[in-house]
Amino acid sequence: MSLVFLIFLPILAALFIPLLFKRLGQIHTGWFVLLVPTALFLYYATRLPSVMEGGTYVSELSWIPSLDIAFIAYLDGLSLLFSLLITGIGALVVLYSVFYLDKHREQLHNFYVYLLIFMSAMLGVVQSDHLITLYLFWELTSISSFLLIAYWYTRDRSRFGALKSMMITVFGGLMMLGGFVLLSIIGGTYSIRELIAQAPELAEHDFFIWALVLVLLGAFTKSAQFPFYIWLPDAMEAPTPVSAYLHSATMVKAGIYLVARLTPVFALSEVWMWLVAGVGLFTMVWASFFALKQKDLKGILAFSTVSQLGLIMSLLGVAAAAYHVEGAAETYLKYAAFAAIFHLINHATFKGSLFMIAGIVDHETGTRDIRKLGGLMSLMPISFTVALIGSLSMAGMPPFNGFLSKEMFLTAMLSLQEFNLFSMDVWWILFPVIAWIGSVFTFIYSLYFVFHTFAGKHKPDQLPKQAHEAPVGMLISPVFLAVLVVLIFFIPNVIGDWLVKPAVAAIQPFLYDSPQSVDITVSAWHGFNTELFMTLGIFAIGGLMFWTLRKWQHLYDLYPDPISLNRLYDELMVLSESGVSRFSKMYMTGFIRTYLVYMFSFVIFIVLLTLFMTDAFRLNFDNLAPIGVYEIVILFAMLGATVTILVSKSRLTAIIALGAVGYSIALLFVIFRAPDLALTQLVIETISVALFLLAFYHLPQISRKEERMNFRFGNAVVAFGVGLTMTLVALSAHSQKALPSISEFYKETVYTEAAGGNIVNVILVDYRGFDTLFEIAVLAIAAIGIISMIRLRLTKKEDQHENK
Amino acid sequence: MEIIMSVAIGLMFMAAVYLILSKSLIRIIIGTSLLSHAAHLLFLTMGGLGGIAPPVVSDGVTVNDYADPLPQALILTAIVIAFAVTSFFLVLAYRAYQELGTDNMEQLRGTEDYE
Amino acid sequence: MRTNDVMLQTATKVVTFIILMFAVHIFFAGHYTPGGGFIGGLLTTTAIVLLMLAFDIPTVKKVLPINYVVLTAVGLLFAIATASASIIFDVPFFTHAYDYYDLPLFGETSLHSALLFDIGVYLVVVGVTMTIIQTIGEDE
Repeated sequence: MSLVFLIFLPILAALFIPLLFKRLGQIHTGWFVLLVPTALFLYYATRLPSVMEGGTYVSELSWIPSLDIAFIAYLDGLSLLFSLLITGIGALVVLYSVFYLDKHREQLHNFYVYLLIFMSAMLGVVQSDHLITLYLFWELTSISSFLLIAYWYTRDRSRFGALKSMMITVFGGLMMLGGFVLLSIIGGTYSIRELIAQAPELAEHDFFIWALVLVLLGAFTKSAQFPFYIWLPDAMEAPTPVSAYLHSATMVKAGIYLVARLTPVFALSEVWMWLVAGVGLFTMVWASFFALKQKDLKGILAFSTVSQLGLIMSLLGVAAAAYHVEGAAETYLKYAAFAAIFHLINHATFKGSLFMIAGIVDHETGTRDIRKLGGLMSLMPISFTVALIGSLSMAGMPPFNGFLSKEMFLTAMLSLQEFNLFSMDVWWILFPVIAWIGSVFTFIYSLYFVFHTFAGKHKPDQLPKQAHEAPVGMLISPVFLAVLVVLIFFIPNVIGDWLVKPAVAAIQPFLYDSPQSVDITVSAWHGFNTELFMTLGIFAIGGLMFWTLRKWQHLYDLYPDPISLNRLYDELMVLSESGVSRFSKMYMTGFIRTYLVYMFSFVIFIVLLTLFMTDAFRLNFDNLAPIGVYEIVILFAMLGATVTILVSKSRLTAIIALGAVGYSIALLFVIFRAPDLALTQLVIETISVALFLLAFYHLPQISRKEERMNFRFGNAVVAFGVGLTMTLVALSAHSQKALPSISEFYKETVYTEAAGGNIVNVILVDYRGFDTLFEIAVLAIAAIGIISMIRLRLTKKEDQHENK
Repeated sequence: MEIIMSVAIGLMFMAAVYLILSKSLIRIIIGTSLLSHAAHLLFLTMGGLGGIAPPVVSDGVTVNDYADPLPQALILTAIVIAFAVTSFFLVLAYRAYQELGTDNMEQLRGTEDYE
Repeated sequence: MRTNDVMLQTATKVVTFIILMFAVHIFFAGHYTPGGGFIGGLLTTTAIVLLMLAFDIPTVKKVLPINYVVLTAVGLLFAIATASASIIFDVPFFTHAYDYYDLPLFGETSLHSALLFDIGVYLVVVGVTMTIIQTIGEDE
């Protein structure tokens, strides 16, 4: 209960944000928001000691028990690590945003509401043990990311980027849902823990491979792997705190989380290992190569994020291979999972600080174009130091944490030679080679990012603003992260014991039964071995290539734009839009009458077809209610009024006749023993006749021109068909009862179960309360529609302006 | 009684559909109103009209004597929804008339080609 | 629509209160005898509409300074809150609870959480119908 509640805490807090923004606008709303992630971080931190021992926490809240759907919060090493990342980086980002977003000019209430929704969604993703709720939270992260990217919704690029990220991630999410459903069919449960317990049996099933591919599609789209990464660079239109938080530290790592979480289920399959490791490694090298093409600071960071995510992904693929090796815990293969988690933490620290610095540069100089920047070193010394630390860590240089995890990455890739499964004995060499190439480019773009911004010649005439150092508040978060970057280098084993090992034990339960049995110590110096020589090679070649960067960077312009993935996406969107509109034009004539004729004809066709196919039409003269004089009289009055509507010249007469029909029906309700209905009908009829008259009064002269309706044969045929169908339906519905009515249950239990007397009202508020809830929501929507039509008065001209 | 009601409901549906297919907006709205009336009666008839007592618990009435409460509950919500929808339509017609100067459906034709 | 009918106005003053009392009665009686949130709400609306007919909309707005849109929202919130309250007690969404209490003046009375939900329905119905009528009526 309590853990589930904590997941929803940010959303609950979001309810108060608009109020705080409105009432206490003088205080930056961010300060209030800051309390939420900080409190959550502290709470999760108190869980660390017992999780470190291998303990887990579960709490459950049933949601739809009849469908076996529940919120199950499960806290083990892996989910706790992610929860700490989400709340920890979240707190720093909120603090940073307090200084980044102006409290007078920005719509802070929108921003923080979206951000808090995202926080809940992300916590839900990493803590859900139930596949369906996991999917729910997963899509909620996509939606909140969409809202945050489009935060400056008046900019075309923002809306385009938001839509693109939504299209791609939701596509992946739907594929993943398919995979989840297949998994639950195979395993007979939605619980991830139970699925892991029966992993070997699952692999036998025919659907297994499909589930695997579909789930991976979800993970790859979310974690921006090739070829789905194209949404991430466009998502950089979001405010920088969002980029630092969602698109670098947390949301894009949801895919990593999913792969890590499901490794015990899927690791049995060779396809999994090849796909995860292969796609990850390819993404790493591809994105690091194209990072150098970027001119936008955040663009470089976006590509670098894609590349680093690929690196972590590939490590998880190699970690899955450990399943197939006897005694993998004794080989170098054991480093893969450890390196993945370790690098994940390191990446969050250095990339978070780099994004914040990019935001500061943008904020203080007014541009992110790296061609206009340069020489900021002396103007912004603190920012430069932080950027240098982050970049060198990303490049894999000591004494920063990136060096440690990069070394382990190379170790893990080299370790692939140790085992000869899946024709690895021939192909293993590809992995370290590609990893090395990717690392070289990573080294170059890291230096490119920091030195082309801060070193070189200062060009004040090209900057929109006079550059100066950022305010202290804005620097707190990046400096804090930079300190962590250095600190982790010196105490890697503390981080390893507290955070990494419990997570590794959760990823590879087939190797370790508790976090203590993960036998890995990190050390900066481990002698002259292959990894070290590879690293030295990276420094040498990378340094040389960076030195000559200006000579060969223009080669990127040779890359033909038309065959890029972005172009493919754009073409697909245009094609589907025009294709759909061409198809719909075939039958959309623009006349409402035509559409109504389609609908009515289909109603007749389908209902009659069903009646005769299932042999449902019966006539049964038993159980008929006796025919009463009053009923007949009222029916005649009602039908008479109906005919009056049809033949009347004047609309006023038609409206009054409609009222007569309504009142006759109220009388029928009285006779058929429905007092509630009679009352309601009487009141409603009064109000609606008044409304009709009001509308009639307002509709000016022309429409009062009195005319009789022209008789149209086609319409009459359709109308006759509908009438006949309905009569047949009514007759056969009366003549047979295929199933016993649920009314009997209501009648019998109304007093004992629901403690009520009026069965109709008890059905409304208790038995079928959900329907009533939606119904009053529909009422409210109708009222909002009416208000907006009358009060807002969008005329045609304004309308066109709106579409721009 | 149910047979007679069924025929009456059929006739009402017929009139309603005929009105909905007409050209004038206000007639279309009257048609939808009539259509919901007919649908309510259809529900009531489907549940059976033979109840002796209203569906309210009282002494001396056995379970079988109550009129069927389920259609009644459905109709009750339907009546209110129908009201909301009708008033929405009315305002729509009114605003369309104000903006476009006509309530003739033939002239209100529009497709996405129209910009 | 400006009317200045003294007879109507005087009668309205009395009739409105009778209708309102009837509305409240029928709302609370709804659980046991015919009535409930929908009907109670509609009757309340008719009372206010009657006032609007007898006097005019600005006068009624002055007497009853209620923002009906907010009323609708409050009603929806009420309904959803009642429905979700059950989650806190760890029973499925929308489970109602009731008990019998011995209240002064009323004697033994049953209190039912469905009544709270019905209050939400009542507020929404009043809010929505009044919003519709007021917006249309004000638009000249």
